[in-house]
Amino acid sequence: MITFSNVSKAYNNHEVLRDISFKIEPKEFVSLVGRSGAGKSTLVRLLIGEDKPTKGRIVFGPYEINKLQSHELPEVRRRMGIIFQDFKLLPKKTAYENVVFAMEVAGRSEEDIDEAAPQALELVGLGKKMRNYVHELSGGERQRVAIARAMVNQPDVIIADEPTGNLDPVNTWGIINLLLKINELGTTVVLATHNKDIVNQLEHRVISLDDGMVIRDEDKGKYILT
Amino acid sequence: MFTTLARIIKYGFQNFWRNGLVSFATILVLLLAVIVFQGMMLFGEIGRQAIDAVQDKIDISVYFVSNAPEDEILRLKEALLTLSEVKSVDYVSKEEALELFKERHADDPTISQAIEELEENPLRASLNIKAQDPNQYSLIAGFLEGDASQNIIQEVSYSQNQVVIDRLAKVLSLSRKIGVLLTLVCATVAIIISFNTIILAIYSNKEEIAIMRLVGASNAFIRGPYVIVGIVYGVIAVLAAMIIMAPFIYAASPYVSVFITGMNLWGFFLGSFFKFLGYNLLFGVGIGVISSVIVIRKYLEI
Ligand SMILES: Nc1ncnc2c1ncn2[C@@H]1O[C@H](COP(=O)(O)OP(=O)(O)O)[C@@H](O)[C@H]1O
Ligand SMILES: [Mg+2]
Repeated sequence: MITFSNVSKAYNNHEVLRDISFKIEPKEFVSLVGRSGAGKSTLVRLLIGEDKPTKGRIVFGPYEINKLQSHELPEVRRRMGIIFQDFKLLPKKTAYENVVFAMEVAGRSEEDIDEAAPQALELVGLGKKMRNYVHELSGGERQRVAIARAMVNQPDVIIADEPTGNLDPVNTWGIINLLLKINELGTTVVLATHNKDIVNQLEHRVISLDDGMVIRDEDKGKYILT
Repeated sequence: MFTTLARIIKYGFQNFWRNGLVSFATILVLLLAVIVFQGMMLFGEIGRQAIDAVQDKIDISVYFVSNAPEDEILRLKEALLTLSEVKSVDYVSKEEALELFKERHADDPTISQAIEELEENPLRASLNIKAQDPNQYSLIAGFLEGDASQNIIQEVSYSQNQVVIDRLAKVLSLSRKIGVLLTLVCATVAIIISFNTIILAIYSNKEEIAIMRLVGASNAFIRGPYVIVGIVYGVIAVLAAMIIMAPFIYAASPYVSVFITGMNLWGFFLGSFFKFLGYNLLFGVGIGVISSVIVIRKYLEI
């Protein structure tokens, strides 16, 4: 489903990612770990087509991400659910409107939206607060909205970059459990994080990055950096 | 396709309402630009009519010797009318000249009486020639000099007024050029200010645009609502400008008609209301839409 082949990325002649290769199969739950500055976010940006690699090939389903033109990007993005540390919700909109926006953008019908948007918000536990504006929600609640938005179009993969970075431990586990639930329902999940506790309890595949290189790639892996 | 358009329009209006303060400020700037534009249109019309009025007062008069045969004069009139430079030729016969003279001096008993006592009509027949353009009088004068009817022409008034007419022609063409230049300068300033205001307003939405792209919004879906907002801004600004300007035009109209006889500013406004509205909408909506498209293009880097 996702393949990185000999991918490198340099900013001003400084290599941030070096010769990265891995493959992610459908329905996997993969944690991408490494200390701050290891290159996790850069890797995520390349995967979602936000930035282009200096070298190498990135394939996602039928798309060759490194060769996409900017007008082809929206189509690809609709097949990814993307979650960030800072939520990236549309301000001046309610929780419900944020989820609806993603559906409208994908060209879903009104009937479809009326049914699926409340369902997605119920699933993340925000059924009662769907009509709240973003600024009326706590950090944990905002991230739940972002997850509802990410999954509502039934994407092929959920890509989360430090989704719990701004949250307390209780909310952190709430969010991680949601990601696990979505994965159990059949969606691939890629989770970039430097949170050791989470990774060690998950017992899923772990790809470890250090200084822009993959130093470890293990099933049921642990967070080990040496 | 239709659903997408409906959604784009929905978000356009939503952006408009939820960005209340920005919308208000932008409309205010656009309103000023539209008022400048309206002012230019009105001053342009006043200027045109003023120039026309002055131009209408310029003419060449050809006076004929007292025994000039009428058919000779009429032949000359026809010949003049074939010239492309000539706008109109009026024939004033000796009798008509006398009538006019009497009318003019009806209040003056001494002159009236003197006229009555005359046995012969002392006035001369004349042709009053108007040119299409004040620069063309010298050409017409030249034509008269070369014409076969020299012997019946007693006097051409142009030669005496030549300097005045030439100077007036220069002033008129200069004031036209200045008018066009002023219009261009004002319009440019208004457009630049409006552009910048709208660009600033959209700039404040930079973050939002990035988020829209993240969830897979197409460029049309992102740009569309801004274009809708641009249209709404333009329409509101134009309607507000019309409502604000109308009473001023109505109040100014009598004063204008004192300076330029025959000019009815209010009548012009009412008479060309839809043309006026159309141009204004083109201007206001044009600025709104074009600046939105420019700034969004810059952000989407396409
Ligand atoms: N746009 C950029 N320009 C220059 N350097 C960058 C840019 N983005 C990231 N970097 C550098 O790349 C390295 C990896 O950053 P990042 O991918 O954000 O790491 P992580 O997410 O693992 O903390 C850092 O040294 C960072 O300074
Ligand atoms: Mg990071």
